[in-house]
Amino acid sequence: MEFLVFLGRRVLWSLLVLFGLSVVIFTIARVVPGDPARMALGPRASAEQVQALQETLGLNRPLWEQYGLFLSGLAQGDLGRSLLTAQSVNVDIARTFPATFELVLCTIVLAFVLGVPLGVAAARWKDRWPDNLVRALAIVSAVTPTFFLALLLQILAGYVLNILPTTGRLPASLPFQADITGLLLIDSLIRGRGDVFAEAVRHLLLPTIALGAATMGQIARITRASLIDVSRQDYIEAARAFGVPDRLRMFKYMLRPAFVPPLTITGLEFASLIGNAFVVELIFSWPGMASYGVRAITQKDLNAIMGVVMVSGVFFVLVNLLIDVLVGVVDPRIRIRGARA
Amino acid sequence: MSVLLSVEGLSVSFTTYGRRSQVLHDVSLAVPEGAQIALVGESGSGKSVTMKTIMGILPVPPAKVEGGRILFAGRDLLTMPERDRLRLRGTAMSMVFQDPMSSLNPVFTIQDQLGTILKYADRRLGRDRDRRGRRVRILEVLAQVRMRDPERVARSFPIMLSGGMRQRILIAMALLSEPRLLIADEPGTALDVTTQAQILKLLKDLVTENGLALLMITHNLGVVRQTCGYTYVMNRGRIVEHGATQAIFEAPAEDYTRNLIAAVPRLTGRNG
Ligand SMILES: Nc1ncnc2c1ncn2[C@@H]1O[C@H](COP(=O)(O)OP(=O)(O)O)[C@@H](O)[C@H]1O
Ligand SMILES: [Mg+2]
Repeated sequence: MEFLVFLGRRVLWSLLVLFGLSVVIFTIARVVPGDPARMALGPRASAEQVQALQETLGLNRPLWEQYGLFLSGLAQGDLGRSLLTAQSVNVDIARTFPATFELVLCTIVLAFVLGVPLGVAAARWKDRWPDNLVRALAIVSAVTPTFFLALLLQILAGYVLNILPTTGRLPASLPFQADITGLLLIDSLIRGRGDVFAEAVRHLLLPTIALGAATMGQIARITRASLIDVSRQDYIEAARAFGVPDRLRMFKYMLRPAFVPPLTITGLEFASLIGNAFVVELIFSWPGMASYGVRAITQKDLNAIMGVVMVSGVFFVLVNLLIDVLVGVVDPRIRIRGARA
Repeated sequence: MSVLLSVEGLSVSFTTYGRRSQVLHDVSLAVPEGAQIALVGESGSGKSVTMKTIMGILPVPPAKVEGGRILFAGRDLLTMPERDRLRLRGTAMSMVFQDPMSSLNPVFTIQDQLGTILKYADRRLGRDRDRRGRRVRILEVLAQVRMRDPERVARSFPIMLSGGMRQRILIAMALLSEPRLLIADEPGTALDVTTQAQILKLLKDLVTENGLALLMITHNLGVVRQTCGYTYVMNRGRIVEHGATQAIFEAPAEDYTRNLIAAVPRLTGRNG
């Protein structure tokens, strides 16, 4: 019961965040200079043509009215029409989003699955070589810009060593339609195509590492700090005084109370992850939302901008909602306080 | 009465950042079977270090036992094999932790925490008790520490319970494996005066009911007066005075003890 209250609050909060995001982006997109209709039609179009398009798009109406139109479309799940591709933004995004989704999801899972054990090792062997190694890794990965790491990996693993593919999701010689979930890793398994799965993994490797290194470093660092903090708590000493064995103390009594900060940081890192995904996608020619989004912004394709931003926003909010649920499962204090507050 | 716990000439030092400082100097004290003994001293005098050394939970390093013996039922804890020592820790000798807010793991239920402790205590003692048997024992000790609704308390997370209830759980934790010696380090000092008085009364009653020996550690002499017949006074790592509690109260030999007595808050003295 208390968990439902806690969850209900988080959902309401998420909706509020999305609403705020839509208002801000909507305003910014329209306030920056440049006429979308003119850009869409090109320099040769006549003033009448431009004006006609402005009217069909409703660009000459007051801002709040335009926003109302946008919202009513959104309520029906319609993101409108892109000026550039002349297609429904829904279709454009459905085409490009799965690739981004797969990349970002793999990155975050990998960063977490590797970051947490690294943090545990660092805490377990504090001030010894595993700790020093993890701390160095966290710092180096934090200060290395994503684009730099992406290019470095591409050159090293791709061209110098020539062991991994550096562009796209699959080789051109391997045609495969991910038409079930849109995720190659899952669809290839459903279709029983081990060869596609293996290639998808190989293609994912470099972009995932480039995108996830910094996040993994952060997660490791936070896990380490959190565990060391917990290890000094009275309840750990009490467990020791009552003869609870070392291994159980480390993995049950310490890890669980220490687990919330790494989870939370993962949710926060996720925002910069989406942003960096655009960079990584451009460098690795990843057929995701990035190139679509970049073009939408430079061309002031209003509906496409809103579409990309809102889909990213929903993605962000859903991941954070999931993390909130996990945090609530892991730590009853948050669940109970969250329901009371 | 035979002596259950006897500390003889115990010296302990800490080395931090290469600097060694001696924290306990030649400490000796004795706890007879079934007796209630107090160890008092101002904050920082070395009471907790004494307790941790006895329990074998001193962090080594930085700590180091420089010398002395700790006899429990005639065997030296400091030289016995680690296996035997583990068998005693938390079972025959166990302790009541001081701070009810920080001594329970916040993310596990009471049932879970007490269950884990009991499970490993049983294992060390070679006792055969299944999950259900452990649950029965947990509800039993929770009732013993006067919990009105043991079932509900067992299901609760620490955050759902008041400070007084959590302190009683810390006592229940210590009683789980039927100890012969209970060491209580400043029990209840984190609580308000009334609740603290109730906790001390409960502790005293439980000790008498079960015929346990109690080593009560406190900086508050008022606590000692109602609970313990014999008192050791510790100052800067040394036992400076000891004797029947009544005698110490009436004619303290040391200025240090006089100051401790003078510092007793009036209220706690009344309702122990
Ligand atoms: N882990 C530690 N490292 C270094 N010094 C310590 C440590 N624990 C206790 N000490 C020192 O031992 C002395 C006695 O501390 P303690 O036994 O906790 O006092 P109290 O009588 O208040 O319980 C203090 O001077 C303290 O600085
Ligand atoms: Mg102390």
